[in-house]
This record gives sequence, C-alpha cells and structure tokens, in this order.
Amino acid sequence: MSNILVNAPKTASRGAVIEIKALILHPMETGFRPGANGRIIPRNIIERFTATWNGTEIFAMDMSSAIAANPFVSFFAVANESGTVVLRWTGDEGFAVEERVAIAVE
Amino acid sequence: MDRRRFLAGTAATATVVVLPLAPAAATPDAMAEAIRKVVGSATLTEGRVNLDVPPLVENGSTVPLIVSVDSPMTAADYVKAIHVFNEKNPQPNVFSARLGPGNGKAIVGTRIKLGDSQRIIAIAETSDGRFWSAGADVIVTLAACLEEST
Amino acid sequence: MTMRLLAVGLALVFAASYAVAQVGTQSGADKRRSGYQDMGEALQKMQDDDTANPGMLFVQLGGQLWNKAAGAADKSCADCHGGAAASMKGVATRYPAMSRGGDRPIDLEGRVNLCRTEHQKAEPLPPENRDLLALAAYVSHQSRDLPIAPPYDPRLDAFRAQGAEIYRRRQGQLNLSCAICHDDNAGKKLAGIAIPEAHPTGYPIYRLEWQALGSLKRRLRNCLVGIRAEAWPLDAPEYVALELYLMERAKGMKLETPAVRP
Repeated sequence: MSNILVNAPKTASRGAVIEIKALILHPMETGFRPGANGRIIPRNIIERFTATWNGTEIFAMDMSSAIAANPFVSFFAVANESGTVVLRWTGDEGFAVEERVAIAVE
Repeated sequence: MDRRRFLAGTAATATVVVLPLAPAAATPDAMAEAIRKVVGSATLTEGRVNLDVPPLVENGSTVPLIVSVDSPMTAADYVKAIHVFNEKNPQPNVFSARLGPGNGKAIVGTRIKLGDSQRIIAIAETSDGRFWSAGADVIVTLAACLEEST
Repeated sequence: MTMRLLAVGLALVFAASYAVAQVGTQSGADKRRSGYQDMGEALQKMQDDDTANPGMLFVQLGGQLWNKAAGAADKSCADCHGGAAASMKGVATRYPAMSRGGDRPIDLEGRVNLCRTEHQKAEPLPPENRDLLALAAYVSHQSRDLPIAPPYDPRLDAFRAQGAEIYRRRQGQLNLSCAICHDDNAGKKLAGIAIPEAHPTGYPIYRLEWQALGSLKRRLRNCLVGIRAEAWPLDAPEYVALELYLMERAKGMKLETPAVRP
C-alpha cells in the first residue's frame, strides 16, 4: 500500500501530446545517511519507474539515490488510442506497486 | 554545508574503528567516468538540451528539475534517452530515462537531491546515435533552524 | 500578590499585541506575508499543484484513515462526522481551542487523539506519528483558503498571554527571542534566505528538510535548536500556548494546508 497521486487528462484528442505527472509516497533512503547510532541506514529506494499505454512502453526512468523522497515524475505521451496507462514503481525491499489510469481518446 | 562536512570528516578520522568508511564523495572525475560509461568514445556536443533548475535553492533535499530536448520526436528523429549526472553527491548518477516517438515531447521533470552546491549535467542521446549535453550550476543553501545544530 | 501583578501584566501585554494585530488587519492592505511568499517560484509551483504537492500524499492518506474503523468501538471518523468536506470546514481555523470539560487548550492533533480515546476507544497516536499527522492534514485541508479565525473564548486569554510572553522571551545560547527574528528582522536575509514572519498558515507542513509532513511542534523545536535552546518535551504545554499566540497574530490570513516549506 503506497499513496499515489496521478495527474493525467481523462480524455484527449487523437494525436494530442498530453502530460502525465505521478507522485508516490516513498522514503527514498539513500543508503548514505548515518542513523542515530552512527551506523549507515540501509538503502531503500525506488529503482525503476515505467509507463505503458495499452501494454506498450512509453516511458521508463532508472532512479538513483539522488532522486528526492516521495518521488515526482512528469513526462509526455502522444494520445493515439483510448486505453489504459499503467504506471509501475519497483525497487529495494521488493517494492512493486502499480497504478492504472484510463484515458479516452476521440 | 561545508562546515558540516568538515566536522563530519574530522569526526570520522578521530573515531576510526566504530564508524564505517565515509562513502567516497563523487568528484568531477567520478562524474566524468559515469558520463564516459554512457557516451563511450562518441563526441558530446553542447546544445539542444535545456536544464531547467533554480540557480539558488532553499533546500537541497528536493530540487525541482526539468530536462527538455529540442527534437521533433518522430520515428525518424527522436530522443532515445536522457541521462543526468552530478559532481558532488556520494554517487554521480541522478537518473536515466528512456524515451521514444510515443512521447511527443522530450521533456522530463522530477525532483532531485543535491548534497552541496555543484554542477549538474544532462545528456540526451538521439536516435541517430549522437549525444548532446547541457550543464547548470546550482547553489544550495539551508534554512537557519533545522533539526540538528550544524 | 506578584502572581496577580504578573497576570495583569501579561494580560496587558496580550491586549497590546492583540490591538496591534487588529490594526494590522483593519488598516487597508494586509502587509503580513505568509512563508509561501518568501519561497522561490519553483517551490510555490510545487505547493500550488495538488498532484505535485508531496503534502497531498499525506492528505490522501488522511482521507483513507478518516474512513477506516479503529479502536474497540470499531468506529471510523466518518461514522460520527460524515463527509469531512462539510463537517470539518472551518475547524482548523479555530484551533487551538479549549476541549470540552478540559482545563487547558489543545491543538488539532490533540483533538484527533481525544476523539480516538474517547469515542473510538483506541490508543492515542504518539506525537509526530504519520497517521496522526495525515489525519490532522486531512482535517486542516478542509479549511484551505479560509481565514484563520481564533475562537472568542475568555478561557484562552491567559494561555495566549503565556504564548505572547514566550514569543518575546530571549532564550538559548544565542539569547534570541522569536520576536527578534520574526518581528524585527523579518524579510532580511539570514544565510542567503529571507527570514519569514513565522505565521502558521499551512500546518501540518511538508518541510523539505524533513522530507516528510510535520507539525508546528516539530517546527518550533527546530527553532529552539536554531537558537541553541533546550527544546521542551513534545507534550509541553508551551507549544500549544505559543501556537495560540501565533494563530492570533496570523488572524485573517488564509490557511494553506498542506504547505510546502524549505
């Protein structure tokens, strides 16, 4: 369970270039910070973000420790056909979550 | 920020056994090496890439960044990838994004961490195999009243 | 006898600052600045976009918790309060307030915990607990864009006066009072950044330094560390007294919860 906020238009004209923004709750612990006891807190980050439109990959981002906590991503996509955009985040400690948004293209 | 690093450095040398080795901070050399891994022996041309990042930042933990590349994004001519590097964080990579004609616009936004005032470099790889770059210098400040005394 | 004098003196100080605050809001344009106005454009944009404001992730979490049953009574907030947009509208603008039957003011997080213990028969959530902050953010968010409106309650006067006294009291190794920075030097630069007027217009805030949502208490503790004073324990009544004064000082300014701040 992770809180996610996605900003994508519900409808789009065919061929229009739309912006998709996604924000997810995640500590993005860098693996470089010492904790209160002086020991380094183990790394816990999202390593990969992907977006597919009706199954075809339209965007992918490999993230590092240099991405801020509660990562925000924005990218653009051409609205070719109605369907579902699936956003996936995977990372350390078996983190794997998905969010789906439906976009109607006319 | 420098003072905090200096104090951490002296603390590290004073207590050798207990603390783990301080992570090797990225240097301009480490960044150059990371860029070499991506670009290989190809030429890096400055241009076509725009790095939109505030020149002065109130807090380095969350710095908004937008990389945009001048490209028609057609099947014949598009941006394949965007890579961003830094020169002073503990490691030189920031992110690598994979794009294609399906994006329509080669514009990627995110928020990054900057541990200190430093230079960031964005590199775009286009479908014709060429590499384009842009750099930006960011000054990182900190608010006066934080959780720990610095 | 001295206690009485002190009480009268404090009441006078309070009355004076209350009067000044009134003048501030009544004489034409409100010159007070929220911390929002002292931030760079990129951070303002971050706060303005509800799908890009990291504080909204916690508001979303708060909304989920609002509908989740808790405690031995197996009740959710919604079971008593219904939809928060209607029932919680304006509530955050009126806190801190006296709790019913209580003898001291409580802040919004304290009120949430009172609901938990008294009505949900659940354990109170510890200070700075993520769920507690999420609920407080969700409730405060229902008052976004409403003016801060401290309640008229004479029982609060003495506590508010105490808050005013703390605000003006020099403390810590740097021997600074809140007033010296946030009244006398607000707008001037300190280490490259403008000193804000310190109005609690968006709490709980997403502070970039914390990379998480946090309460006014947490922020005040950061202030105390900043002036090298010993931070009071998290359950100290000083925080609520100070918040009472700060909310009065910010009377009429709009709530921005969840605010983004560096």
